[in-house]
Amino acid sequence: MHRKEESGETGVPWRPRIVAFFCNWCTYTAADLAGVSRMKYAPNTRIIRVMCSGRIDPQFVLDAFTEGADGVLIGGCHPGDCHYSEGNYKALRRYHLLRRVLTGMGIDERRFRLEWISASEGDKVKQVINEMVEQLQQLGPLDLPTERMRLDSELEEMRPRRSVIDISEELKEAAHV
Amino acid sequence: MKGNGEIRIGFYICHCGSNIAGVIDVERVAEYAGTLPGVVVSRDYKYMCSDPGQDLLRQDIAEHRLNRIVVASCSPLLHEQTFRRAAEAGGINPYFVQMVNIREHGTWVHDDAEYMTGKAMDLARAAALRVYAHQPLERKQVPIKPDVLVVGGGIAGIHAALTMADAGKHVYLVEREPTIGGHMAQFDKTFPTLDCAACILTPKMTAVRAHPNITLWTWSEVEKVDGFIGNYTVTVKRKARYVDEDLCVGCMECIEACVYKRGKFDDEFNVGLSKRKPVYIPFPQAVPPVPVIDAGNCLHLSKGKCKDTCVEICGDRKAINFEIEPEYQEIEVGAVVLATGFQPFDATRIPYYGYGKYPNVYTALELERLVNASGPTGGTVRLPDGRTPERVAIVHCVGSRDEHYNRWCSRVCCMYSLKLAHLVKEKTGAEVFNFYIDMRAPGKSMEEFYNRVSTEGVHLVRGRVADVYAEQTDEKKTNGQIGRVVIQAEDTLIGRIRKIPVDMLILSTGLQPQHDSEDIRRMFNISCSAGGFFLERHPKLAPVNTFTDGIFLAGTCQGPKDIPDTVAQAGAAASEALALIDRGVFELEPNTAYVLEEECSGCKSCIPLCPYTAIAFEEEKKKAEINEALCKGCGTCVASCPSGSIRQHLFEDEEIYREIHGLLAYA
Repeated sequence: MHRKEESGETGVPWRPRIVAFFCNWCTYTAADLAGVSRMKYAPNTRIIRVMCSGRIDPQFVLDAFTEGADGVLIGGCHPGDCHYSEGNYKALRRYHLLRRVLTGMGIDERRFRLEWISASEGDKVKQVINEMVEQLQQLGPLDLPTERMRLDSELEEMRPRRSVIDISEELKEAAHV
Repeated sequence: MKGNGEIRIGFYICHCGSNIAGVIDVERVAEYAGTLPGVVVSRDYKYMCSDPGQDLLRQDIAEHRLNRIVVASCSPLLHEQTFRRAAEAGGINPYFVQMVNIREHGTWVHDDAEYMTGKAMDLARAAALRVYAHQPLERKQVPIKPDVLVVGGGIAGIHAALTMADAGKHVYLVEREPTIGGHMAQFDKTFPTLDCAACILTPKMTAVRAHPNITLWTWSEVEKVDGFIGNYTVTVKRKARYVDEDLCVGCMECIEACVYKRGKFDDEFNVGLSKRKPVYIPFPQAVPPVPVIDAGNCLHLSKGKCKDTCVEICGDRKAINFEIEPEYQEIEVGAVVLATGFQPFDATRIPYYGYGKYPNVYTALELERLVNASGPTGGTVRLPDGRTPERVAIVHCVGSRDEHYNRWCSRVCCMYSLKLAHLVKEKTGAEVFNFYIDMRAPGKSMEEFYNRVSTEGVHLVRGRVADVYAEQTDEKKTNGQIGRVVIQAEDTLIGRIRKIPVDMLILSTGLQPQHDSEDIRRMFNISCSAGGFFLERHPKLAPVNTFTDGIFLAGTCQGPKDIPDTVAQAGAAASEALALIDRGVFELEPNTAYVLEEECSGCKSCIPLCPYTAIAFEEEKKKAEINEALCKGCGTCVASCPSGSIRQHLFEDEEIYREIHGLLAYA
């Protein structure tokens, strides 16, 4: 009962969490630029750096949702500007397919966003993240981990392998703050 | 590996003075990180990137037998190499380091201290989990080709080419105009010293031509760029000049002999203020001193009918050859310096200034040609009707510092406007009014120059020009003269609207990126800043580097700057390129993809995805095989492999999944 525990114990209201996959050359750099330019924006994203948006395996996105993300953002170079020529087109293709898969799974497609943000567009990082946070605030928590636990208990025997790595044991061992 | 395979992580959170510690409770984060699996040392420290900070890492590696390092500080794009080197110096594999960006992506953009402390913990947890799975990797080295390409033959390209050629490197200098020299060749005097532009530029131009290490290709353009740092293959199109550079002796008799008795076509060098023939040389000191034939206007080339008087006079030299075809040269270079320059703002875009409407409204570049002794009027400033102007207005910031056009300050206009004010006053004795928004005179001797011009009796009016209109005059009295224009502006120092009629108006147009800078950017795979100028790797610490290794920037293609700064930057770009080439090898990130042979099903779906054709199908084994030398490490194939048998060093699936889990798990 991840979420309830947190809000219950600390009294901190729910705030959406976004996992963002940013490509090294454009969007990650743009987020650095936003930092250097001291643009203030919503702090809800956690950024994972990859070399290219083409590296983003749809499974990463599914995994992020499964682990409790309320939204997933992919940032890549503008069409024609990919550092690796065309990785962003591959990302775009997967994005469209994945959106349909997510919708089929009952995850609102507005929780998943792909944006082209070039290295000079620090302000776009700010704008996109602010917009997305606002959107997620309206949509409310997704909270798949709770849902998953409910399903898990129902389907004890048929439980699918939840993901490639199981680190729940390690995490349980980790002390609490 | 030390410690019998046991993972021992050291976690460090940097205060960065107050940059990070001012928002995040670093002690709490360090305390929390100490409880994460595998973490044996957890510290906060004032400046991790400092020498004592790096020493701390090394000592801890030795003392606590650390074999993984997490540093929570600034962007990995800034200091990842620093900490990798420190780890290596401490005796562990440099790729056992993971950074957490809590400054650029953290405290600089978010101020909620409580939330950020929690978020830093999330990020710390993700990094600690990720680094757990890191594998030792070896650096890959690629050899660097010794030659260099300089694109653009303005003062930036010339200076960079000469510097590198003097260091013994072979330089290809490619310029698309028929001559090198760029905009500087068009200027009359240069501020703040008022030395003549041609006098200081032409010796450098001649030196380029004479230099044994420089291959100069004018009237040429880069068509295609392939490869990567150290190994660029560049195709250069040498446009048909119709005059053989090797055979021409530069006598210019062909120009004299052309069937056109006088110039008929707009002279580009004089910005259309004079006319040239179809066979022409941009200006007398052009380098190379070889004419070019304008195929669109040459009677032989466009109509196929001409007496060919130019060929006749050239005679035995046989330099004129209408059969010349564009030629494509392929060169291999280790580094590229881009010095493609700027274009002036198009004054017709702001209609109320009346450029193109009133004949006595000029751009600054046109005026440079008018005051130039070798210009179309031989250096006399006069109006189209032949009169010498008695009152002249110069408007600063045309197209610059303007929400509707270009937002940036073009940096040079204040100073060149003062220079033009001085020159116009000197040549005509006219009363000169400079309309400025703010007077910007930073840099050595600039303020002094401003003081000098302001004491020479130039009227400096602080106000943005709101309108320019023709003065109402009695038709009969005009006598065929061009009427005056009235400049209307609010003088913000006296708080009054002023309407000043003048004979001549000069628009100080700003600097903007070349019209095709977007194509150049794409070709060389670099980025642009917001205004369209090429983006440097770091605005302060890597001003001539780009995000594409081996491509360097010089001059105004990176942003508006004056000649001294352009030359300084060109020198910097040249020395960066030299440093790269003299090193001989370049270390690549070991982030290439590889195939787990036993798991590959041989479906071939990865093969067409690779933009570098690095994946081949091994027919015998029926397996995909990745050529490590060709792989650039984008990871597209890794994400698409249906059997999960393609992996990527440094970005292993396992590492990323761990990162995701770490980010989201509530502790």
